[in-house]
This record gives sequence, C-alpha cells and structure tokens, in this order.
Amino acid sequence: MKFGVVVFPGSNCDQDTYQALQQVTGQQVEYIWHKETKLGNYDGIILPGGFSYGDYLRAGAIARFSKIMPSIINFARSGGLVLGICNGFQILLESGLLPGTMMKNRTLQFICKDVYVKIEQNTTPFTLDYEKNQVITLPIAHSEGNYYTDPKTLEELEINGQIIFRYVSPEGKVEEEWNPNGSLHNIAGIANKEGNVVGLMPHPERNVDSLIGDGMGARVFSSMVNWYRRKG
Amino acid sequence: MNFNEIKVTPEVIQAHGLSPEEYEKIKTLLGREPNITELGIFSVMWSEHCSYKSSRYWLKNLPTQGSRVLIGPGENAGVIDIGEGLAVVMKIESHNHPSFVEPYQGAATGVGGILRDIFTMGARPIAVLNSLRFGDLKNPKTRYLLGGVVAGIAGYGNPFGVPTVGGEVYFEPCYNGNPLVNVMAVGLLRQDRVQRGRAEGIGNPVIIVGSPTGRDGIHGAAFASRELSEKSLEDRPSVQIGDPFTEKKLLEACLELYESGYLVGIQDMGAAGLTCSTSEMAARAGTGIRIYLDQVPLRESGMTPYEIMLSESQERMLMVVKKGYENKAREIFEKWDLKFAVIGEVTGVEAPHQQPLLQVYLNGQIVAEIPISSLTSEAPLYQRPFVKPDYLKETANLDLEKILLPANPEEVFLTLLGSDNIRSKRPIYQQYDHTILANTILRPEEGDAAVLRIRRVGNRMEEEGVEERGDGKLKREKAIALTTDGNGRYCYLNPRRGVQIAVAEAARNLVCVGAEPIAITDGLNFGSPEQPEVMWQFVETIEGLKTACTTLGIPITGGNVSFYNETNGKAIYPTPIIGMLGLVEDVRYITGQSFKDPGDLIVLLGENKGEIGGSEYLKIIHQRVLGEGPSLDLQREKALQQACLKAIRSGLIKSAHDTSQGGLAICLAESCLTGRGREKNPYLPGISVELTDSLRWDFLLFGEDQTRIVVSLSSSNLEKLQEIAYSFQVPITILGKVTDSGIFQINDWIRLPISKLREVWTRKQ
Repeated sequence: MKFGVVVFPGSNCDQDTYQALQQVTGQQVEYIWHKETKLGNYDGIILPGGFSYGDYLRAGAIARFSKIMPSIINFARSGGLVLGICNGFQILLESGLLPGTMMKNRTLQFICKDVYVKIEQNTTPFTLDYEKNQVITLPIAHSEGNYYTDPKTLEELEINGQIIFRYVSPEGKVEEEWNPNGSLHNIAGIANKEGNVVGLMPHPERNVDSLIGDGMGARVFSSMVNWYRRKG
Repeated sequence: MNFNEIKVTPEVIQAHGLSPEEYEKIKTLLGREPNITELGIFSVMWSEHCSYKSSRYWLKNLPTQGSRVLIGPGENAGVIDIGEGLAVVMKIESHNHPSFVEPYQGAATGVGGILRDIFTMGARPIAVLNSLRFGDLKNPKTRYLLGGVVAGIAGYGNPFGVPTVGGEVYFEPCYNGNPLVNVMAVGLLRQDRVQRGRAEGIGNPVIIVGSPTGRDGIHGAAFASRELSEKSLEDRPSVQIGDPFTEKKLLEACLELYESGYLVGIQDMGAAGLTCSTSEMAARAGTGIRIYLDQVPLRESGMTPYEIMLSESQERMLMVVKKGYENKAREIFEKWDLKFAVIGEVTGVEAPHQQPLLQVYLNGQIVAEIPISSLTSEAPLYQRPFVKPDYLKETANLDLEKILLPANPEEVFLTLLGSDNIRSKRPIYQQYDHTILANTILRPEEGDAAVLRIRRVGNRMEEEGVEERGDGKLKREKAIALTTDGNGRYCYLNPRRGVQIAVAEAARNLVCVGAEPIAITDGLNFGSPEQPEVMWQFVETIEGLKTACTTLGIPITGGNVSFYNETNGKAIYPTPIIGMLGLVEDVRYITGQSFKDPGDLIVLLGENKGEIGGSEYLKIIHQRVLGEGPSLDLQREKALQQACLKAIRSGLIKSAHDTSQGGLAICLAESCLTGRGREKNPYLPGISVELTDSLRWDFLLFGEDQTRIVVSLSSSNLEKLQEIAYSFQVPITILGKVTDSGIFQINDWIRLPISKLREVWTRKQ
C-alpha cells in the first residue's frame, strides 16, 4: 500500500503523520507538494494538520483552491481513501468532500489537551481495528473545531451512521462536559456516505506509541492497511 | 530634500539615545561628522540591547566551557553535543517592552525572533518554553497583558508548528508596569549541519530572503534600551508585527538550503534588522559588506535609507551564498513563495580607512560608510558604578517571633493552593500546542521538567546519516529535558543567593525527571544599569551565577541581558531566568511528579528546616516580603541531585518532585493532583503523612527550604534507596504512604478530600 501526505504551505503535522504512517504500517509513504496538479499512484491520501496558507481567512478556506485539490477530489469521488486530520478535516469540509463547517471553539481559544473519543462505527476503512463503542484517548490541538451543520444534514449523518468519532466521558457517555469545543452532537469526526472519506479533529498521529501515550491512535492507520488488504 | 541632508543636532543625537561622549567617539572613529543614516546605525548598534555595553565586562566571567559545548556565546545560539552525531541548539530571549506596549504582537514576535535564532544555526526547532512575570492579577491591566501575551505566544508558536512544552508564570506587584516575557527555544540538528553567521569569501553575494521590508519596528532595539513610562504607549509603532505562516515557510526553505551546500553564512534579522545582521556577519568573518538598498524588496515606496537600515520587519534572513549559486538558492526560496534578492556582496579591506567597511548605497549614491569594527568591537564598554541598595537593611530584618501562628492549618493550606503563583496553570498551557511533533513524553504539570523524545532529525524524513536501527529509530532511544526557573523575590532579597537557587532548582527539576543537567541559557532581566543599586544587583547576580555553574558543573552557552525594566524610575525585582537542558540517556527511566500506586512509600530526600524568608506563605498569609530567601549549600545540593539521579536510573523511583513555592505541603498536593488522565479516577490517590520534625507547623509545611525532593517508591525498593542516600550523605526520611482513600492527610493538621484540593487548585479566578 502506498500513502501520500499532502504538504500545503503552513502544514505542520505533515512530518508527524509521515512518521506515524511509517512506524505503524511499514508501508511506503510519500509527500505530495501542493503545487502538483496530477496525483501519482496512491492507495491512501492524508491531509495533515496545520495552518494551511496561515489560516488567516478561515481554516482550510484557501487550501481548497490549491493546485493539488481537484485531483484529490477526483481520487475521493472514485472511491480512494482520504483521511483529513484537524486542518485536513477543515479542508475536506471547505472543499465539499464532507458536509458541514467549523466554527471557532466556544471558548474562542486554542485548546490543546487529551480528549476521550468513542469509536461510533468500526466498519469504515479507518476504524476497522477498533471495537465498536471503544473509548480511546487522543490529543486535540485546534482553535476551530466547533463542528456545525444544518439540522437536516445532522439528522442524515446520524441516520446513515456517518458520525465516526464522538467526544465522550471516560465511560463513553455523550455529555456536554466532555465536549471540548462545542461541536454539534459532540462530533469529533465524520465520514462521507460511502465511508471512504473521513475527517476528524483529534490527532491520531500523536498517539501511536507507548512512550508518548498509550498508542491507541495507531489503529486509524493500521485499519487503512487492513482494509486495503481485505479489498485485495 | 535629500534625507541625508537632515542636520545632526544635539537634540537629534539625544533623541537617538546617544550621550555627548558617545557622539564624540563616533566622530573620532569616522574622522568626520556622521550623516543621519549613519547616526541611526550607530545608535542601534551601540544601544544596550545590541552592544551589551553595561554587561559585557561582567559576562565574560561566566563559565562557558564544557566537554559538550560545541558553540558557546557569540553566535546566534549555543550548540550542545548530545551524542550520536546530534546536537541541541538553545537560547533564551526577552521581549519585555514590546509586550507591555502591545502584548499580543510583542509576545508573538518574541517567539518568532528566538525561533529564527535557532534555525539560523541549522536546527529544526523542537520546543519552546516561556518564562512570564506579571503584576498583581487584581489589576485589570495585568489581565489584559496576560491574556494578550499568552494568546500571542500561542498565535505564533502553534501555527509555526513547535510545541510549547513548559515555562513558568509568576505574579508580583513589582512587574505591574513592566511585565517580563522571556522565551526559550530549542532545536535539534546533526552536528555536521551547524551553520554560522559569517560573511566569508570576498565577492560572495549577500542576499535577503523572507518578508519584504516595511516601516514596522524602527528603533525597536533603542526602544528596548530605555525605561518605560506613560509615553511608551506612543511607541506602539516600534513593535513589530509577526507572521508565523511566512516564518514556517522560511524555516522549511532554510533547512532545504542547508542541505544544498550553497550556503556560506546566515543570520536572522531581529533587533536593528539589516544594520545588525550585516555588521555582525562581517565582524565575525573579518570582512566588509557592501549593500544596495534599491535591491531590497520593500513593503511600501518612499522608504528612506535610514528606515530600510533600521526596520525590524519580521521573518527576514540575511545570508551569504557561494558565488555562482545564487540562482540555485533562489529556486528553493521561490518554491516556498518567499522573496529572494541579491542586495550586495562581501568586501575586503577598503579605502579610506584600509579596513572592512559597511557600505550602503542607494541609486548609485553612497549613503553610509562605517568601519565594521566601530559598530561591533569598538562599541562603548562601561564599568558602571554599583552600590548595595539600602532596602536590604530592612528586608533582611525578619523577626520570626513576630510571625503569628495562624489558627487553622487547612485554611492556610487551601489559601496557598489556590493562590495565583501556585494554582494550576492549565488555563495558560492549554492554549499552547504542546503535543505537536509527537515527541512530548512529559507535558506541562506532568513532571518537574518537560521531556521530549529525540528521534530522527533533519530536513525531511528521507535524510540519512544519523546512526539508526533498522526501524528508523536512533540506536538508543534518548530524550532531553527542559526547564526554566527563576524566583525574582528571592533575588530581590539576596541577588547572589537568589540566582544560585534558580540554577539549583532548574538542575533539580531536570534530575527529578531523570535527566542529567548539561547546559544553561540565561535571561537576565534588570532595571536601569545607570542606577548603582541596580548595577549592584547585576554584579551580585553574575558572581552568584558563576559560583553555581562552576560548582554544579553546568556551562552557560548563551543568553540575553535585558536592562531598563522599570517604569517611572521604579525597577522590577532583579529577575535572572535560568533555562536548562538535561539529557536522558535511557527513556525507560523517565519519572513524572505524580504519585502512582496505593501502598507506595512517600520519602523525603533532604531535610526540613522551616525557612520561610521570601516564601509564598510569608507573602500571601502575612503580607510580608522579608528575609533573604532560603539558604543553599551547593555541595549538599549536588549530592542530593546525584543521589536522586542514581536512584531514578536504577529504576527505584516512581515519582519525584522537588519542593519549591509553597513548600512541602504544596509539593505533596501537586503530586496528588497532577498526572495524565487523573480525571478518569477522581478517588486516587490519597496520602497519609506523619511529619515528626520539631518545627512550627506553618514553617514545616510551607517553608521553602532548598535541596529537598519528595519521591515515591514501592516499599521493596526502600533499602536500595537508603543505601544510595547514605552513600551520598543525603538525609532520607519516610513521610508516609500513598493511599486509595481519596483523602489528603498530614498529621492532624490537614485532612481534606482530594476533590476539594482539585477544586481549589483549578478554580477559575
């Protein structure tokens, strides 16, 4: 399996993601420069975290217009695996690959801390290796993670099982107290209808080994490889 | 009118912060009157900020040598050998005055400036720490400054992509009109990639890269070399504006350039911008530099030579590349959409002085011509008079009999636990990204120092060269530990001892996480050196620093002096801040500060003396700033640290936390309250502690005696720990046990639920 990590100017989790992919999956990983127009031969694309183009306008708002994005949109539309982490999630929303938008955290401040995240669905290519309803710890680090969408879309997300990650209590309860940024229905990450595009605010790449945390983020990446293998 | 025809009058000279004697010296060095541009250049290069004219004489006494020191003071940052072909680059800098005038941008550009110092040396920045001092939090202005400074540090460091992993913040009324914002940055590089700020090679092109030059920050260096007053707020245009996005691109482009081999020398443009970078790079190489200002990319038209030379626009670098490789270098910067302009060349000895010159041209006309040496080595050097301040007679007079014993120990304990200097700093550090780069092993409030894993480094992951195992990790996983420490109140009461405590505490903090202290960067913050009392504080500090570094065997690899920290003639407490680097040779033995398992023994290394001089207790409960601060015996301190480190490296210890502000009781409370994921189990742990020292309970619980570490361990390891303690002649006492009761109990003085402690410690104020 071959991974591509897109590098926008201002991406700053690109190297962490690259390292995590290598360390966890042992597969081939390459950087993809934002000025490329044609996408090489990849089996999975990651849009990493950061502040693409400085995020001076609105997180992800400029990156969606970068030269590489049309071919990534094509890749996603034809069923390719695309994972957006943090700023990458914001870019997926801005580019219409996922529904909804991000508002500033309700505290209006940047928040960096560990959160408890429940795996709502373990049937996606990004969560195969988790148990359903498993609660894991992941770091967040963002100022715009307050997910918002219209009531109809929100209902669809719920009905279709597109909500993949939710902020919860350590026991797995969906409670406002454990929601760090004010996102609707404690949403931490969602998928498109087909399930091949997923975006999430927490950083799985920052928790892939036991020296730094408990390593539970690693399964996001190992799931991708397992899904790819099963697909054959 | 030609700008350079502006007359240099005594008023103009004074407005530039130059004394009549200094002006006479300029005339002698030039052999003529300077024009206005030259006067501007001299005024910034001879400012305290750039020339260290009041401190240079004393700084040379500091120990800067050591077997791990690859580059000491004099370059943009110190470089320290951490083995296996790797090195750490580190430095601390202040941005005090700008942060008072415009807290967000002042702090943000402080972060940006010190980060450039790090990647100028060839390293990728891997950590930032910040040491902040503010006035009384009851003062609304303090809240505004605190909010702005913290947001500014976050607003620059987070997008740039460097974790802000530690630091400290203290509130004291003496900083009401002059907060301190000291930022320490740390980078990692391969030893064979170290870059220098040297303009070598006559004929090589001189290049400016990064942001275009604008009118912002003109005279920032001179502004930083004056006291603050109400009028300072009118200096807001002296504060620069930061753009972390451009800096991030500049970092990546520079690191690519270092791999190319085209580079000769590089220096960031911080204080005094183009003036300082050209003259310092030339001075280090013994060359001259000729620049053409019409080639400098500008943000706006109509800028005068004076403005271009003095602009402190951020995110710019000056570099010299090998002749003929300009276009190769240009490609790298244009890939990252950054400005790149050849603005001049390196020169040799020039007439009329037959020495290296800084020559500045605009439209074919020479607008400034100054010998390089007159801007650098021949800058003024002062041995300013100093005298012991009178206030010390009063403060030294602490009559313990007059300190009334409070009625209720629990009340005193909770008051201290919830006080501004002691309670949790989560509301601050939560705004800093401290987990990016995925190397942060111990985060803020998890250990006495931040601990970061060291793994592969370099421009991009494809790079080879460092000794690695097959799986891409270093042969032996190791880590570094980082801390900043400094107690201004102790230094006010006894500067010599105060700075020694800062060094001892920083080293102790590193030892507590399992690291060996290996290098120091110092940020020295003082009032006006023209006041003999302040100068005395400075001289005492240098003497104390020298002794502490020598005794503990830790060299200083660079730092920063910030004078003129006073408002309307009232100086801040002398505030030396010690940034320290430690090395963890084996990541298995990293130790946090939180208690782990019920049944573990709680043991004190060191002894209780009940010293309350300069303590939080004395200030918060009795409203007194008296005494001399706790006593310190550096030899005993060294023995304690060696014993603790040996115990940790033998795998005996589960937690280690030194006693500092608030004393033993607060130290024990912190070990109960901190630790990752503690909220998962609100009942664990409790402690049951019996103290048997025959001291007043208030002195015993809250005295800030030095040279003490509280550790916890399984009872099966006690004997081995005792052996180590005896062999270093360190007193060792069993204080009690970690329990699962959820109750914090010390003798019959304090018996409170941990949940109550947590509520007070984390209460929003």
